[in-house]
Amino acid sequence: MSVPVEITINGRVFSGEVEPRQLLVHFIRENAGLTGTKVGCDTSQCGTCTVQLDGAIAKSCTVLAVQASGSTVNTIEGLSDGVDLHPLQEAFWNKHGLQCGFCTPGMIMASEELLRNNPSPSREEIRHALEGNICRCTGYQNIVSAVEEAAGAMGGS
Amino acid sequence: MTTRSFGSGIRRREDPRLITGKAPYTDDIKLPGMVHAAILRSPHAHANIKSIDTSAAASQPGVVAVYTGADTDGVLAGMPCAWLIPGSDLKTPEHPAIAKDRVRYVGDAVAVVVAGTRYEAEDALEHIEVEYETLGVVINPKAAAQPGAAQLHDDVENNIAFTWAVAGGDADAAFAAADVTVSDTITLPRLIANPMEPRSAVASYMAAMGELTLWSTSQNPHIARFLTSVVTGVPEHKIRVIAPEVGGGFGSKIPYYPDEAITAFCAMKLGVPVKWTETRSENYLATTQGRDHVEEVEMAATSDGTITGLRTTVYAGMGAYLSTAAPGVPTILHGLMYSGAYNIPNISGTIYGVFNNGTPVDAYRGAGRPEATTLIERLVDLTAAALDMDPAEFRRKNLIPKFENGHDVATGIIYDSGDYELTLNTCLANADYEGLRAAQAAARAEGRLVGIGMATWVEICGLGPSQVAGAVGFQGGLWESAIVRFHPTGKVNVMVGSSPHGQGEETTFAQIVSEELGVPVEDVEIIHGDTDNTPMGWGTYGSRTTVVSGGAIAFASRKIKEKSKELAAHLLEAAVEDIEYDDGRFFVRGSDDQAKTIQDIALMANVAWSMPEGMEPGLEASAFYDPPNFTYPFGTHLAVVEVNAETGHIDLQNYWAVDDCGVQINPMIVEGQVHGGVVQGVGPALWEGVVYDDNGQPLTGTMQDYALPRADLLPDINVASTTTPSPHHPLGLKGVGEAGTIAATPTVYNAVMDALRPLGVNRVDMPLTPEKVWRAINDAKNGG
Repeated sequence: MSVPVEITINGRVFSGEVEPRQLLVHFIRENAGLTGTKVGCDTSQCGTCTVQLDGAIAKSCTVLAVQASGSTVNTIEGLSDGVDLHPLQEAFWNKHGLQCGFCTPGMIMASEELLRNNPSPSREEIRHALEGNICRCTGYQNIVSAVEEAAGAMGGS
Repeated sequence: MTTRSFGSGIRRREDPRLITGKAPYTDDIKLPGMVHAAILRSPHAHANIKSIDTSAAASQPGVVAVYTGADTDGVLAGMPCAWLIPGSDLKTPEHPAIAKDRVRYVGDAVAVVVAGTRYEAEDALEHIEVEYETLGVVINPKAAAQPGAAQLHDDVENNIAFTWAVAGGDADAAFAAADVTVSDTITLPRLIANPMEPRSAVASYMAAMGELTLWSTSQNPHIARFLTSVVTGVPEHKIRVIAPEVGGGFGSKIPYYPDEAITAFCAMKLGVPVKWTETRSENYLATTQGRDHVEEVEMAATSDGTITGLRTTVYAGMGAYLSTAAPGVPTILHGLMYSGAYNIPNISGTIYGVFNNGTPVDAYRGAGRPEATTLIERLVDLTAAALDMDPAEFRRKNLIPKFENGHDVATGIIYDSGDYELTLNTCLANADYEGLRAAQAAARAEGRLVGIGMATWVEICGLGPSQVAGAVGFQGGLWESAIVRFHPTGKVNVMVGSSPHGQGEETTFAQIVSEELGVPVEDVEIIHGDTDNTPMGWGTYGSRTTVVSGGAIAFASRKIKEKSKELAAHLLEAAVEDIEYDDGRFFVRGSDDQAKTIQDIALMANVAWSMPEGMEPGLEASAFYDPPNFTYPFGTHLAVVEVNAETGHIDLQNYWAVDDCGVQINPMIVEGQVHGGVVQGVGPALWEGVVYDDNGQPLTGTMQDYALPRADLLPDINVASTTTPSPHHPLGLKGVGEAGTIAATPTVYNAVMDALRPLGVNRVDMPLTPEKVWRAINDAKNGG
C-alpha cells in the first residue's frame, strides 16, 4: 500500500507515493536526494537527522513521511547556497566546531532554532539546547563557541 | 609577503563541504541498479546452529537473494587476524564471515538478505527460520579464563587466546624489599566507540574485468584492499577501495569486518551493486568494542617516596573472535607502557587475551594506553596516599627528568623526548592547585565530597618503525608515503596513503607543503581515501597520520626543493651552490631581485623547454617515510569533581589539560583533538560501559541505554600546551589524536576517589554511575 505525500523541502515541493511506514529522514535522503541529513541512530538519541519541520526542530528519523505531508521542511542544504554561508556555518568553520562533520548538519539546524528563540544564549543555555545532539569528535566546547559567535554575528550578544 | 601558516590555527580547508551538507559519506552513495543487503544476526551469545531455512525469506517481496554461511564455502576465506604477537602461544581460531555451525556472540552474522530496498531486506530477515541449541556463556574476561568456564573454541583451552609477558628489572625482589606496597583491581569497562556515522559498505563488481570496487567507512583503505583481496580472492590490483567522507572511527573502522566481505560477496554473486549500512543497534552488536580489562595490579615504593616496582596480571577480553589488530592492543600498546612517565626500574606484567561471548574487541581510541595509564595513575595515587604524600609531590619525585634525545625504560622501549615536570608544573599553576586544595579542605569541613584528581602520562604514538612492527608481529608495515605534484600553474596536489576522517589533515598537510615550499595553503589540495589514486599507506590510527604521513610530505617537498634549486640555477645561469631559497623564491646569493618563484619553476619544469642536462621534466616527488622510532607525547591533566553524598551523582566541575605533542602545525586543531579526546576519556570514568546479562544479552543495545557524553554534562576544558619536539622527526611532531582519551579516564577516576577518600572508599568499578557511588558511600557509612 502506498500513500501520496507532498512535502516542501527547502522551498521545493517533493511529491510521491510512499509506504505509510517510511520515515521522513528516508524521504529526505532517498526521494528528495538531500543527503546532508544523516541517520546516526534508530532511537532519536543522536540528532544527526535533525531538520526543521514547520520551523521547529524535529528528529526526522522519528517522523513518518506521511505525517510531514503538507508541511515545510528545512534541511542543512536550505540554509545557504553553499557560497554565501549562513552565520552559523561561518561560525562552525571559524571556531572549529566540527571534525568528522557527520553530526554537523543536525547541530547547525538545532542551533538555528535556538538562536531564533533565544538570540543571546549563555554557554550554559547552548549546552542545554544541544543536549539532544550527540557529537563524538569535538567534546562540544567549540560547538558552543561557534553558536556563541553566530549569535553575535546575527545581532545577539 | 609570506605565505606561511605553519604553527597557526587557520580554519580547516575541508569544512565548507561539511558545514553545507555536501560531503558524500558511504551511505550517501547511490549507484544505478543498486540493491540493499541486511544481515541476520544471532540473538544468542553462544549456540549451535541446528538448521537454517531461508525458503520463506527468499519468496518475500523484493528479495533478490538470501545467503548463509554454506554459500560462502570455498568463496570467502576466514576473517584474518593481522597482529600475530610472538612469544605468546597465540591461537587464531577460524572466524567465518557468516557463522556456519556455531554462533559465539549476540550479533554474529548468520545470513544475509539482498532486496530491492532496505525495508524489504529487513522485512525478509524475519522470515528466516534458524534453529539454535544454546550453549554456556561467559562474559567476564577473568571468569572466562578459569577452568570450567564455557568454552568458545574447541581448541582454545580456558579461552586463553594468548599469554604475553613483559618484564624489566626484578619486580619480585623490589616488592620483597619495599617499605610500602599497594594493590588494586581495576576494571576498564567494555566501550563502544560510537563514531556518529555507522559503518557502511557499497560493493560493485564488474565480472567482465574481474574488478571489485568497494566504498567503505574505513580508516585505512589500503589495508581494506589488502584484506579484501585475502578474503575474496580478487587480486589486489583489481580491487579499488574508496573511503569517501568518513564520519569518525576512533579505531572501530580499522578492522576488516565480515560485513564488508559479505557485501562484496553479494555483489560478486549478483552482478549488481550492493549497499549495506548498519543501524546503530547493529553497530552496538557487530562493530568492534574497546577495553574490557580486569587488571590486578600492585606497586612497590620505599619510604622516601620512590617507586620501585610494578606488577600486573591483566585479563583482556577479546570478544568471541580475534579482530584484525586485537592481540596487539593489550600487549604491545599496553604492557610496554608500564613505566608511564616515571622511572620504575622493576616491572613485571602478564596479560591474558581471553575469548568471551561478546562482540570482538579491538583498538578503540588510545588502544591499550588508557588501560595502562589508568592502572599506573591509580597506583600512583594509592601509593602516595599510603605514604601520606601529596599526589602531585609524589609524582614530581618520580617523574623521569627532562631529556631531549632518548630515555630507556625498564620495558625495553626508548622514549624520544620529554619534560614531564614542566607539564605538571604548568597544569598545577593553571589550576591553582594550592588554592584548589584549600577550597577542598574548606568543603570537606562542611561535609562536602570534593575531589581533585590528576594524571601525568606518556603515550606511544606515531606508529611506527616497520622493523619493530614486524618484530612484534604486526602483519604489515607502518610507514607512509606521499606524492607531491606541482601543476604548471603552480598549484599542488598531494596524494597520501593514510586516510584522515575528521582530524583535519587536509589542512595540516597543506600547511606542511606551504611551509616547506612557500606556496599558499589554498594552492594545495590533499587527496586521500581512494586506493586508485593514492600511494600505499597503512592508515589513520595510533596518532600516526600527521606524524608519519607528515614526515613523508616533508621529505617529498624537500626533494622538490632540491630539484627546483637545480632548475633555478640553470634558468638563472648560476651554480647550484649559489642558489638560495627563501619563502618560495630561488635566487642567486646577493641578487634576490632576480628570483624565480616556485610557481615559475613549476611552469618551467612542466613545459620542460629548458632543462639542465639529464634532468627529467615535471615537478613531482614521492617519498616513503619509515619513522626511526615511535613518538612519545605526554602531559598532565587535572580535574575537580563534587560528589553528591545523597544521590551519588558526580558533578565534573573543572578540567585542566596540559599536553605536549611536540611541534604543533595547527594549534586550533590540536586543541580540538584534546577537547574531544578528553570527553571520550571522561565517558568511561563516569557514564560509558557495555553491560551484558548472564546470558550474554547486551543490555546497552541502543543509545538510550549506553550513556554517551552530552553537551549539558560537561564543563569547558582549560587547554594549554608545552612544546618538546621529537628529536627524530623531520618536523618535530609527536601526534595528539589519542592524548585526551588516555589522560582523562584516570584523571577523573582519581578525582572521584579523592572525593570519597574521607569516607574510606578506595575503589568503585567504572563507570562511576550514581547508583554504584551511592552504594559505596552507604556501605562505607554503614561500616562496610
